[in-house]
Amino acid sequence: MSALLFEGADWSFDTIQRIHDRVEEIALSELRLNVYPNQIEVITSEQMLDAYAASGMPIHYAHWSFGKRFVQHEGFYRKGYSDLAYELVINSSPCISYVMEGNSALMQTLVIAHAAFGHNHFFKNNKVFRDWTDAAGILDYLQYARNYIAQCEEAYGERHVERLLDAAHALMSYGVHRSARRRKTDFKTEQARAKQRRDHDERMYHELWETLPGGAPKSNLRTRGESLSAILELPQENILYFLEKTAPRLAPWQREILRIVRLMAQYFHPQRLTKVMNEGVATYVHYKIMNRLHESGNISDGAYFEFLASHTNVVFQPSFDDRRFSGINPYALGFSMMQDLERICVQPSAEDREWFPDIAGCNDPVPVLHDIWANYRDENFIAQFLSPRVMREWRLFQLIDDPAESSLKVEAIHDERGYRRIRRALAREYDVGHSDPQIEVAAVDLEGDRRLILHHTVRHGRLLASREASEVLAYLADLWGYPVLLREIDEHGRGMREHAAEPRIHHFDA
Amino acid sequence: MYVIDRRLNPSGKSLPNRQRFLRRAGAILREAVRNVSASRPIRDMGEGGTVIIPARGIDEPSFRTGREGVHGRVLPGNREFLEGDRIARPRSGGSGKGKGAGIGSGEGGGGEDEFKVALSADEFLSLFLEDLELPDLERRKLSQTESMGLRRAGFQRSGSPANLAVSRTMQNALSRRMALHRPKRGELEKLQLALRQCEEDGNDVGAKQLRLLIETHRQRSRAIPYIDPIDIRYRRYEPSPRPIAQAVMFCIMDVSGSMTEHMKDMAKRFFILLYVFLQRRYKQVELVFIRHTDEAKEVDEKTFFESRETGGTRVSSALEEALKIVGERYPVGDWNIYIAQASDGDNESGDNERTTGLMRDGLLPLCQYYAYLEVDEPHSDMPMSSLWKTYDNLAPGPAMRRVTLRQEIYPVFRELFRRRKQSLEAGQA
Repeated sequence: MSALLFEGADWSFDTIQRIHDRVEEIALSELRLNVYPNQIEVITSEQMLDAYAASGMPIHYAHWSFGKRFVQHEGFYRKGYSDLAYELVINSSPCISYVMEGNSALMQTLVIAHAAFGHNHFFKNNKVFRDWTDAAGILDYLQYARNYIAQCEEAYGERHVERLLDAAHALMSYGVHRSARRRKTDFKTEQARAKQRRDHDERMYHELWETLPGGAPKSNLRTRGESLSAILELPQENILYFLEKTAPRLAPWQREILRIVRLMAQYFHPQRLTKVMNEGVATYVHYKIMNRLHESGNISDGAYFEFLASHTNVVFQPSFDDRRFSGINPYALGFSMMQDLERICVQPSAEDREWFPDIAGCNDPVPVLHDIWANYRDENFIAQFLSPRVMREWRLFQLIDDPAESSLKVEAIHDERGYRRIRRALAREYDVGHSDPQIEVAAVDLEGDRRLILHHTVRHGRLLASREASEVLAYLADLWGYPVLLREIDEHGRGMREHAAEPRIHHFDA
Repeated sequence: MYVIDRRLNPSGKSLPNRQRFLRRAGAILREAVRNVSASRPIRDMGEGGTVIIPARGIDEPSFRTGREGVHGRVLPGNREFLEGDRIARPRSGGSGKGKGAGIGSGEGGGGEDEFKVALSADEFLSLFLEDLELPDLERRKLSQTESMGLRRAGFQRSGSPANLAVSRTMQNALSRRMALHRPKRGELEKLQLALRQCEEDGNDVGAKQLRLLIETHRQRSRAIPYIDPIDIRYRRYEPSPRPIAQAVMFCIMDVSGSMTEHMKDMAKRFFILLYVFLQRRYKQVELVFIRHTDEAKEVDEKTFFESRETGGTRVSSALEEALKIVGERYPVGDWNIYIAQASDGDNESGDNERTTGLMRDGLLPLCQYYAYLEVDEPHSDMPMSSLWKTYDNLAPGPAMRRVTLRQEIYPVFRELFRRRKQSLEAGQA
């Protein structure tokens, strides 16, 4: 009896079942993965394009920007500039993986190993995902969001909803609680509570909405200011949250839409934090599984070569001066690091023992890797586990561009003096809190014209791109309903630049 | 694990979003379409195509750092650099400094300065012709109800079997059966079951009663048919008037020696544009080509554009020919008539009076729209031509424009057919 799972490129649903069962066996017993139940969906390339356009989600509310993305991908795809991804996987329970009908049997095997087990394990176990996303509830919530927004379009007009969504999308990356861990969003109760919350809010007294002149003079201004800041939870880095809770002029349905956008941003946030790890885990897992399949005679030599060819493509990293270079490939970096960690556990060098005394030579990589996969995000993963050996293999170097100087400076290279500096610098690049401009709501001028004041803490003189910033600010002013001022302040508290915006009258009035 | 086949799910989920995007990008797209159409061969007007629009108008802004400040970047592939080396700053281009001394720092937003949109033929034309309208379309709409068509109009009791309205018939049958209490099959079966039970139990009295009951049920069933002829209905159709959806377009061109190839090319572009435009408004558009020197002739399209003749210029001959053809083949009640005339403006001096008369009393009252296009060589500074003066004196006269450059055709065409404005002004005049 042949142990081959399939012959040739053709596959049927039985083949997929067989492949899945065998892959599962390896994943659970050898790699000891812990995954959500799998759901594998076979789709056409057309449907893959649809899914692309909707940020990979099977359901999404309607907005022109998704159409734009669709047109863009479609154009590239039809012209042959880019291939579609072979797979797409959704952080949900059950974990949905899309496979394309045009894939060969080997590609389906690879996709199942990569997405249905690699990504799936990461989604289920990594701390950021566990803290921030509710895999079981996401699909229901998306359905709710789509219906709610469709209802709003019907009730208040498509244009009004569109303008609101435009504004909310512009602030989407400021719709996330970054630093402090908050209560995990539970999408199920979220829906049930939505209405209740609106009703409650409408009844609530809010200092900001008070229009009557104050009775007795309040105690001194300072304490009043402080208590206000406390009520408004200032300073607040989550701008969308702040607007949803306190913007004086928004209607309840508008608040609810802001909330929907904010929760979507929050849902996608962990994926931004773990690009390298997520792809690294999935690539490492598929590599292990495919090799095991080949060793145990489940796939033919020919199929194995097909695998190697596409695996090599996936982890290809061009050099900085290569025309194909477009930044560091997260698949490549993640895979290198995972492989390297395995090597450190099994065959450590003296250098590894010095750099990683805790894990070097422990001989059992699986629990070590599981622990790392569960508890780290890109930033601290790189900061702690990028080994000198990987830096040497990659020939990493750090370049500094200071406009005050006439040329670029090579700050560090892969040598004894440079390892730690390069590692720190690279980790910084993956720290979203560091790479995104740091902007927060600083104050509301309640004594004057209710102006909203935001601060951008400028680091290394990196000011905001002015034109774009003023567009976003205009949206922000529309949402707030009163003037908005954005101050760019450097590390020493000196003001560097200011942007101001006035609300466009009736921009959101239904 | 489940494997689900989604391939048969309806595709085109992104279509509504795509349309929203096209609407959103409307103004920019329209401009791009017009730029493209100015440069493409006129025969391709009716096809779709790819247009490139600047990403600027449809971008989604977010807070991003700009070029200022110190940027650092870790890159792979160092070959010869040592710590402290200085590298000349690459020429600032798409991948130069500013995006973080390196290339991919703005992964999400970088590098998309323009945006390609593939449009279908229909989308292309509707963008191109958007906010254009046929003038005076309403004027004749009411009287244009000569032809008749069939329209669904309820049900009737008799008709041909092909028109049997099955669901309505069954609906009637059901309500009749319910009204007359026709026993249902289930009831009968229940009684028979009960009867068998009684027989087994030896309950003779009960059995006898049940048999009687069953018998009456059977009788009722027989007496009340499942479907009765009175239930049957047929779909009814009724003739109804339909507006005329046909138009004829007269192309009149001066082909005398003074018309150069360049002038003819411009005239041709104008005619084709008008044709494309009419085709989108009417189910059927017929074309009539009349060319003239000092006498006019109806010709086919090829001859119209290609052959050349010598002779004087008498515009009235072409107008007479047009009037004759309308009289013979295109009764005004049945056809919407459009006339487009192209000429370099020469006319024999003795002919102008006759031309005025033919226009005022003959053609202008007949047609929906009369467009006069005066073509000329570029940079020529001719004083107003005799024909232009003649037409100008008519009130209300034809719509008139003068073009000397190929690129002007589109703007002129758009101007002539711009929505509303013109007909409003004409109404006030």
